[in-house]
Amino acid sequence: MVIVLNESIDFRALNKRIRGTDEHKITLNGCIGQRYIGTGVSDKQIEINGTPGNALGAYLNGGEIVVHGNAQDATGDTMNNGEIVIHGNAGDATGYAMRGGKIYIRGNTGYRAGIHMKAYMDFKPVIVIGGRAGSFLGEYQAGGIIVVLGQNDDGLPIINNFCGTGMHGGKIYLRCNALPHKIPEQVCAKKIRGCDDKELSEIVKDYCKCFFGMNYNELLDADFFVLTPNSENPYKRMYTDN
Amino acid sequence: MFKNNRSSSPLEGEVRIPSGCAVSAIIDRSGKTMTGEKIIRSIATMHDRSNGLGGGFAGYGIYPDYKDYYAFHLFYNDFQSRKETEDFLNKHFEIVYSSEMKTRKTKGIGNVPIIYRYFLFPLSKKLNNSLMDEEQYVVKCVNRINAEIDGAFVFSSGKNMGIFKGVGFPEDIGKFYLLDEEYKGYAWTAHGRYPTNTPGWWGGAHPFGLLDYSVVHNGEISSYDANRRYIEMFGYKCTLQTDTEVITYIIDYLIRVKKLTLQEIAKVISASFWSTIEEKSDREKREETFLRKAFPSLLINGPFSIVFGFNGGIMALNDRLKLRSMVCAEKGDKAYISSEECGIRVIEPELDRIFSPAGGQPVIYKLKEAE
Repeated sequence: MVIVLNESIDFRALNKRIRGTDEHKITLNGCIGQRYIGTGVSDKQIEINGTPGNALGAYLNGGEIVVHGNAQDATGDTMNNGEIVIHGNAGDATGYAMRGGKIYIRGNTGYRAGIHMKAYMDFKPVIVIGGRAGSFLGEYQAGGIIVVLGQNDDGLPIINNFCGTGMHGGKIYLRCNALPHKIPEQVCAKKIRGCDDKELSEIVKDYCKCFFGMNYNELLDADFFVLTPNSENPYKRMYTDN
Repeated sequence: MFKNNRSSSPLEGEVRIPSGCAVSAIIDRSGKTMTGEKIIRSIATMHDRSNGLGGGFAGYGIYPDYKDYYAFHLFYNDFQSRKETEDFLNKHFEIVYSSEMKTRKTKGIGNVPIIYRYFLFPLSKKLNNSLMDEEQYVVKCVNRINAEIDGAFVFSSGKNMGIFKGVGFPEDIGKFYLLDEEYKGYAWTAHGRYPTNTPGWWGGAHPFGLLDYSVVHNGEISSYDANRRYIEMFGYKCTLQTDTEVITYIIDYLIRVKKLTLQEIAKVISASFWSTIEEKSDREKREETFLRKAFPSLLINGPFSIVFGFNGGIMALNDRLKLRSMVCAEKGDKAYISSEECGIRVIEPELDRIFSPAGGQPVIYKLKEAE
C-alpha cells in the first residue's frame, strides 16, 4: 500500500490507516512531520520518504521501519522489538527508554541518544550511529548496546559533553583513538581493537547490511573505547556537579 | 495594565503559566522581502505542539514607508482605555499616522480586543527634558502605558518591524492579521503556544517585544524569580509572570545597556557548566569565566529554545542542556530555524545544510549588509 502525504494530513488518520490495513508493506511518500508512525505495530514493513515526526516507531513491537531522510526526536521511544533504519540523521532522545530491537542510523544523532535504555533476559536493544552523537549519550543507561562509528564529515567530535552520565548498565562503543571529553568517574573506558570484540563485530556486520558503502572490515579495523559502569565506584552522591 | 473585563477568569500575571510550544523563523539574508505565507505554513505544520491558546508572529522590514518611526501596536479593552492612551501618546509623541489594525474574520479567533497601530516619534522638547536617550524614553513610555493605563497594552514598539499575536492557533492568527497578504518582510518569526494552565490572554501570546527586539520561546525556565529580581533592579517591570517577558528584558539589558555581542549574551544566559569550561582553551576559559561571574543572576536555567529577532537578523539559542528541540537550515540566502525539521522542509524541501545546534550554541543569521 502506498500512502501519499502532505502537511494537511493528520497523524491520527495516518496511523489509523497503517493499523487498519492487512497489507504487510506500506510506503509513505511526502511524509512531513506526522508523529507516532508505526506506534505499537508488530508485523509491518514501513518505508518512509520524507521527514517523519516525533516518536517514530514508539512502542514498536516488531517489523521494520526504513526512513529515507532524517528522523526527528524520540525515535523508537520505549520500543520493544523490530528494526528502525534511518538513512539520514536522527534528532534528540533517539531510542529513549528502548528495551529491545535495533535502531540503525547512517548519519548523526542529537542529544540524549539511548537515555534510559535497558535490557531484560533475551531483550537486548542496540543503537548504531554511523556519524556522531550529541551530549548525554547513554544518560542513565541501564542495559543494551550503543555503538558510535564516527563517520561524520563535519569535523565535530564523536561525542559531546556528559557521555554516560548516570550510566549503570549496558555498553557504549565509541570508534575513536582518544576520548574527546571527560567521562564520569562512575564509568570506565577500555581501549580495544574493534575486530577483537565478537559482540561488536556481529553488530557492525548486521548494520553494514543496511547501508550501501559502509565497509565492515574498515570500520572494525580500528580502535574503539568501550564504556561500562564502574562497579568499583558506584553512585553515592549526586548526578552531576553544578 | 490590561484588565479583562469580559470574563472573570484570571489574567496573565495573576497565575503562573508553564508552557510547551513551537517556534519557527525565516530570514532572507539578501534583504529580499516575502509575505507571511511561508512562516504561517511552517508553524502550521507543527500544529500539534500548540493548543490554540496563543499564536503570534514578528515581521522585520514590514514598514519601509515609516521606517524612521516607532510602530506601536496596542490592544485596548474599550474606548475609554484607548482615549486615555491616546492622550498619553499625544503628550509624549508626535503621531504621524494612526489607524485600527486591519484584520479578517477568522474561524477560531474570538473575544478580540480593539487593536490599533500608531507610527510615532518622541516630542523633541519632552525628550530633551527627560535627560534620557531616545530608546530609553520610548521604553519608559511603553512601561508606563502597560503598568498604569487600565485596559491598554503595547505589544509592539519597534521601528520597521511589528508583532502580531493573539489567542488561537498560530495559523489562524496569521490569517486574522492578513500577514499572508498585507505585509512583506525580510525576516519572520513565529510561535505556537501550549500553556498547560492558561487564562489565555492576547497580550500573553508570543512574541514578546521591546523596541525592535522580539522573543519567541518554547520552554519553562526554573530560574525565573532569580532572573526577575535581578533585572527589576534596572527599571524593568515584569508584570506578566511569563518567562518570555523576563528573557526579553534580559536580552534588551545586555545588548542595549551593557553593549554585549550576541555571542557574549549566549555565554551569559546559556553559560556552560564549570566542568565544561574547564575543558576549553585558555582564551575561552577566561572569557566564559568572566561573563559567568559578571552576570551570575542572568544565567537562565531550565529548558528553553528561543528565537530572538532584531533589526537586521535572527538568533536561535537553546538552554545549555538542550532540553528543547531546535533545527537550523540554510538554502542560498535564506536561513531557517524551527522546533522540528518538518517546519522547514514543508517550505523548503531541498536544503544546502541542516543541523541541530548544541545547547548554548547561538546560531545567528544577519542581513548581508548588516554583517
